[in-house]
Amino acid sequence: MKSTLYRKKWPLLVFLVPALAFLLVFLYYPFVQNIINSMSEISGLGTPSQGMQEPWYANYAALFTDSRLRTAMKNTLILMVCTVVFQVGIALVLALLVDSIRVGAQLFRTLYFFPIVISATALGLMFNLIFLYNGGMVNQLLMGMGVIAENIDWKDQAHFLFTMLLPVMWQYVGFYFVILVTGLNNIPQDLYEAASLDGCTGLSRVRYITLPLLRNVLCTCLVLAITGALKVFDLPWVMFGAGMPREQGWLTGTYMYDQTFNRGNVDYGSAIAMLIVVLGVVLSNVANRVFKPRDDI
Amino acid sequence: MNGRGLKRNLTPAKAVSYLVLIAWAVTTIYPFLWVVLNSFREKGLIRQDSFSIPLPGGGFTLDNYRTAMDRFDFGNAYLNSLLVSISVTLVVVVLAGLAAYALVRYQFRGKGVVYSLVMAGMMFPVFSTIIPVFRMEVAWGIASTGNRWLSLLAVILPQIAGNLCFAMIVLMGFIRSVPIELEESAYLDGCSVFQVYFHIIMPAARSSFATVAIFSFLWSYNDLFTQNFFLRFPKEKTITLLLNEISSQAGVNYGLMAAAVVLIVIPVLIVYVLLQKHIIRGLTAGAIKG
Repeated sequence: MKSTLYRKKWPLLVFLVPALAFLLVFLYYPFVQNIINSMSEISGLGTPSQGMQEPWYANYAALFTDSRLRTAMKNTLILMVCTVVFQVGIALVLALLVDSIRVGAQLFRTLYFFPIVISATALGLMFNLIFLYNGGMVNQLLMGMGVIAENIDWKDQAHFLFTMLLPVMWQYVGFYFVILVTGLNNIPQDLYEAASLDGCTGLSRVRYITLPLLRNVLCTCLVLAITGALKVFDLPWVMFGAGMPREQGWLTGTYMYDQTFNRGNVDYGSAIAMLIVVLGVVLSNVANRVFKPRDDI
Repeated sequence: MNGRGLKRNLTPAKAVSYLVLIAWAVTTIYPFLWVVLNSFREKGLIRQDSFSIPLPGGGFTLDNYRTAMDRFDFGNAYLNSLLVSISVTLVVVVLAGLAAYALVRYQFRGKGVVYSLVMAGMMFPVFSTIIPVFRMEVAWGIASTGNRWLSLLAVILPQIAGNLCFAMIVLMGFIRSVPIELEESAYLDGCSVFQVYFHIIMPAARSSFATVAIFSFLWSYNDLFTQNFFLRFPKEKTITLLLNEISSQAGVNYGLMAAAVVLIVIPVLIVYVLLQKHIIRGLTAGAIKG
């Protein structure tokens, strides 16, 4: 990109500095403070630090022996894989289908995006009603169809993972759908026309034109899905609270929140937050390496 | 739209397409319909039979709504929510657009570092920054003052920072695919960089600006965590906080809970339907520009 337009650098000040200043004050500085907190001794939200941990990495050492954290990591990784495969996968299929039809395309877009609009608090309450043991929608429906003889406890140890992951995934399919549809609409129409002259239609068109051209957008989705999974918090929190059932239901987000705000382990919570950040950076870098976004398409 | 490649000979495939699309649409709509139905049902009937349509004399009631409206101040909460979310959206769109443009088009020393910082910013869970931010804002005298407007500002600032990285990354993805030749020729015609940004980049990436604006708005509106942290006084309560309060007070009064969910969803739904037209227009405009 050797452009004459962008040789003069001073406009960078105007473009970049306001945003970076905001990030510096409200994101990076607090974050550095958080790292310091993770090595300090802080026993409550309002209480000042009582000096450094002894040794300074004590909280990080504790991460390795914490069995609840291990559960949280396992659940979060499952969530992450499901997010990438099902959320982005379903969204891609839906986006391609909507792109291929004329009648009703707009209606489907409106409907699919709808769950994103609703706050996780409202959705959590809604899914609590839907998965209610006694009289919830799912149990009543299955009973009515004769699939089950008695109510299923959707939040017990056998079902909780399903009950926790389904609403999270369901809600965000529409999110990736919108991003992908926007990407699809940016593909020039004449490319498709040229391809159809060459006899390239249907699935082969998707394979050789649409998917390669969607590469950058898909890459964005992948990074968003990975980092999003690490941060999932409010829906599982409203539905399950602290680690239900029986300490099996932790996610990295809910566990970190519980440690910091319910147990007052501000320093340990900060260390978990660091773990989340490091995992996010490493995993999304891997994703970016594998599916390199390219400037030439 | 893109229907031209698929002609009449593909009708069965099209039928399958529609089946799949409709099936997913049902999953997004039906749960809400179910909640709406049950918000009109008399107390205690939800558990026995929640699928029938409540009729007057057959379990239909408006009591759930009356209780919700009497006990909670919805109007004020909506006002607070809108003030916060609109401010956040405006600032995010302006700052993120400029920064994304600079990061895509300019080559400069430290660009890699800035890019990594923005990526890293997306990973920061809000719980890892909120305590230092809270202490900082207390020191500045804007948080925990009891002044409604300052408290709202105290929520707005960290929410802007929290949405910026996402907005920048999405916008960068789209600005990258704007053909640079256009900008070059505009420059040769005497446009400044700023004119290029406002007259070429922004219109070309319009759909993605709309996308970013919508998400910033919704995330700000629905963000329970930050709001819960900064807004403590009744007159500062936003709609999300109100819902949280109702849900903790409703207990096993499922009808009241359902009514509260509906009351919170309906206005968002109206705004959404109105904005949706703009998104769609933005999307199709992008397609024609190609």
